[in-house]
Amino acid sequence: MEIIHSDVLVIGGGLAGLRAALAARKRGREVIVLSLVPPKRSHSAAAQGGMQASLANAARGAGDNEDVHFEDTVRGSDWGCDQEVARLFAHVAPKAVRELAAWGVPWNRVEAGARTAIVDGKPVVIEEPAAAHGLITARDFGGTRQWRTCYVADGTGHAMLYTVSDQSIAAGIPVHERREAVALIHDGERCHGAIVRDLTNGRLCAYVARATCIASGGFGRLYQVTTNAVINEGIGAAIALDTGVVPLANMEAVQFHPTAIFPAGILVTEGCRGDGGLLRDVDGHRFMPDYEPEKKELASRDVVSRRMEAHIRAGKGVAHPYGEHLWLDITLLGAAHIERKLREVKEISQYFLGIDPAKQWIPVRPAQHYSMGGIRTDAHGAARGLKGLFACGEAACWDLHGFNRLGGNSVAETVVSGMIVGEAIADFCATPAGELTVSTALIRRCFERAQAEFAGIAESRGKENAALLLREMQATMTARVGIVRHGDTLHTAVDALQGLLRRSLDLGLRSSRPGANPELTQAWRLRKMLKLALCVAWGALQRTESRGAHYREDFPRRNDADWLKRTLATWPDPELTLPALAYEALDVTRMELPPGWRGYGARDAIEHPLTTARQAEVDAIRARLAGADRHTVQDALLPFRDLLPPHLRGANARLGDPA
Amino acid sequence: MIPLLRHSARPSRPRRLTLQILRYNPATPEIAPYLQDFAIDESDGMTLFIALNEIRASQDPSLQFDFVCRAGICGSCAMLVDGRPALACRTLTRDCGPRIVLAPLPFFELIGDLSVNTGKWMRGTAERLQTWIAQTQPVDLDALEARMEPALAEAIYELDRCIECGCCIAACGTAQMREDFVGAVGLNKIARFRLDPRDTRSDADFYELIGDDNGVFGCMSLLGCHDFCPKQLPLQTQIAFLRRKMAVEGWR
Repeated sequence: MEIIHSDVLVIGGGLAGLRAALAARKRGREVIVLSLVPPKRSHSAAAQGGMQASLANAARGAGDNEDVHFEDTVRGSDWGCDQEVARLFAHVAPKAVRELAAWGVPWNRVEAGARTAIVDGKPVVIEEPAAAHGLITARDFGGTRQWRTCYVADGTGHAMLYTVSDQSIAAGIPVHERREAVALIHDGERCHGAIVRDLTNGRLCAYVARATCIASGGFGRLYQVTTNAVINEGIGAAIALDTGVVPLANMEAVQFHPTAIFPAGILVTEGCRGDGGLLRDVDGHRFMPDYEPEKKELASRDVVSRRMEAHIRAGKGVAHPYGEHLWLDITLLGAAHIERKLREVKEISQYFLGIDPAKQWIPVRPAQHYSMGGIRTDAHGAARGLKGLFACGEAACWDLHGFNRLGGNSVAETVVSGMIVGEAIADFCATPAGELTVSTALIRRCFERAQAEFAGIAESRGKENAALLLREMQATMTARVGIVRHGDTLHTAVDALQGLLRRSLDLGLRSSRPGANPELTQAWRLRKMLKLALCVAWGALQRTESRGAHYREDFPRRNDADWLKRTLATWPDPELTLPALAYEALDVTRMELPPGWRGYGARDAIEHPLTTARQAEVDAIRARLAGADRHTVQDALLPFRDLLPPHLRGANARLGDPA
Repeated sequence: MIPLLRHSARPSRPRRLTLQILRYNPATPEIAPYLQDFAIDESDGMTLFIALNEIRASQDPSLQFDFVCRAGICGSCAMLVDGRPALACRTLTRDCGPRIVLAPLPFFELIGDLSVNTGKWMRGTAERLQTWIAQTQPVDLDALEARMEPALAEAIYELDRCIECGCCIAACGTAQMREDFVGAVGLNKIARFRLDPRDTRSDADFYELIGDDNGVFGCMSLLGCHDFCPKQLPLQTQIAFLRRKMAVEGWR
């Protein structure tokens, strides 16, 4: 048994994992990153439209600051997020974007003078101030009050990932590519690393570390129709679930992006609508203003996706051999704008649809896009249930996004959480608890268990085909645990998934190819994915309300009185076919922004009994501090700076700050 | 897997395609590389991503290939399609004949079948050419960012769009002869950092990295790189420009 040692083991080579690795490395820690693929091929590269940070440089971003970003994020989450975390995030996002600028990301910049933009379907002349010339500009995105989304054309994630990856190469951080963590090494209390499989030859080995950080991204591939890359199978979260002691939170909170091209599910960015693109129906009618007079196409993603599905159900979809779709119209933006700012969209339209989006409408329909849920962590990224285990990025439920994530807040989260969690990991390594005390007997036990698991599948001569079971699971999830949910269909989904889980114990492999065997890899992942799918479906069935992206036709109202709480799923007994669910309440009495109306979507929430009192308290504090600067007021409402490492606590400079 | 859509008349009966795939598993070196035929019914808007996954699901679960984003942006799936380097995920079968020959990219270490280790080579090249902005002092995280001309930021992004897929190397004449050649991918990165004012290296520094036959002077201007770059990077002009600058530097 080969054993590889390091201070820190990071599972996942996307933006979150690499940024956390860099933070720990810069604190002198030895770090190894594991990645399923070369890190620059991670799904972070697929983020197109941009990263939210309240720089307030662009004319339409004037007056923006952390307070506005915080409030937009909380409203976007439908009050499901952790407000302390949202505060940390809004405060550090400008630092993250500026750090990336210094590291080489070619952010689009403010060009002083008048320019014409499309706003609400009409050309509008915007005068960019001379003082902002050359600073980082921003575009409009859904669910935001200001233009806050910093961008690099529509290749933002690509530019960020390449920059951070190159910085990690500069820092000499080894990335062990094509290696998959298949089990955590733990004794029920402390995590000591992971058992890892080399995907090029199928060999197992042990990675032992003081601290382990899971940053393996989301689980979109539980669904048939998803914008996610094929590697987004949620295995990082699944091995945490396998421990039986680490909870996954809010797994039922799954985001569907309004504009995936139909029927392939490939993403076209929200930047299309942010830059002025419109949604049209079978009659060419722009329908979003009928449903959402305030934000129109730029309501939050959960709201727009739901309205689109409702419009299709109302008979306004465009018929196609594979189903129905709607249109995304960016022709009004003009060929020059598309060529400069939406070129990936242009390429995707050309290659996959054979159309020119400057002349033709793009067929779109909502598709699974993002996992708000994941490994439950505290504000420092420490996972619950095992000491020495951390998580960040989409794999984690840090809980920045609650039940709906705003566009532009996920790539921002990757780097911001990486900066914060990487420091926490370095801090942990420096404490007595961070010493490595693992026994070789424990490592061997974990190793042999993993070995037996693979051998069991490889030698199994059952009658089930893993590829077919996987497709059944994906079809079930898309059809029955999708945008519009109902108790009856969720019941049938849970039954079907349990059936698939039982059948997955009777697999029969058709090939026995030595070395890397893709069939064995897939068969092994299948069971992990089915357990995640059951966490999603079972959690969705139990949550008898509608909140953010979780919409129940049979319980259409947000119910703060009963459901202002986070779902925690664990899998204590591997033989069972359902997770155990527990709930933790969100504390209304500590909220800076007590629950209310989001400013878009339905306005019929059932109020929490403490909301009125907390709102009165907040109002009183604001009245008492009238005239004080916004930082003083904020600090009185929800102090958060102590949670940050010292170098991330400073105030963010903006143009026009008092000298 | 749901097939892709393309607006045009569909043939009345789907074509029967034959994918002829070069197979080799390094774990069984006693079995020499061979071509294997797989027959498959073409579906509307089918890409090689869909076709290969279909073959793996229904015919040969051991077939090795790499896809990640399946949207033409991550660079994982470059292979030889009828002898030409291309991104398989966005190659539509309708644009190919009824017999499609697939082989792994040459030059890179073979993992098995159509899977090659581009990642290892790209990391090595990044280390060798130091493709990053060198940080001499820590960034002031609280201050306004340094300004940059909007047009310059766009020009840098133009070169930053490289997805390290390896098509340029597979299409390169020099790379067939010199295994240490940095290729268009390497030269383009130098051009990108040279353009970036945040990079403090001088032409003399860049000359140390690419001022030889494994760098810019190894290029024979056959420009297969330019022809086959899936991102249409301006490789021809960038390499020519770099060569002039490096020639001047070499004269000093």
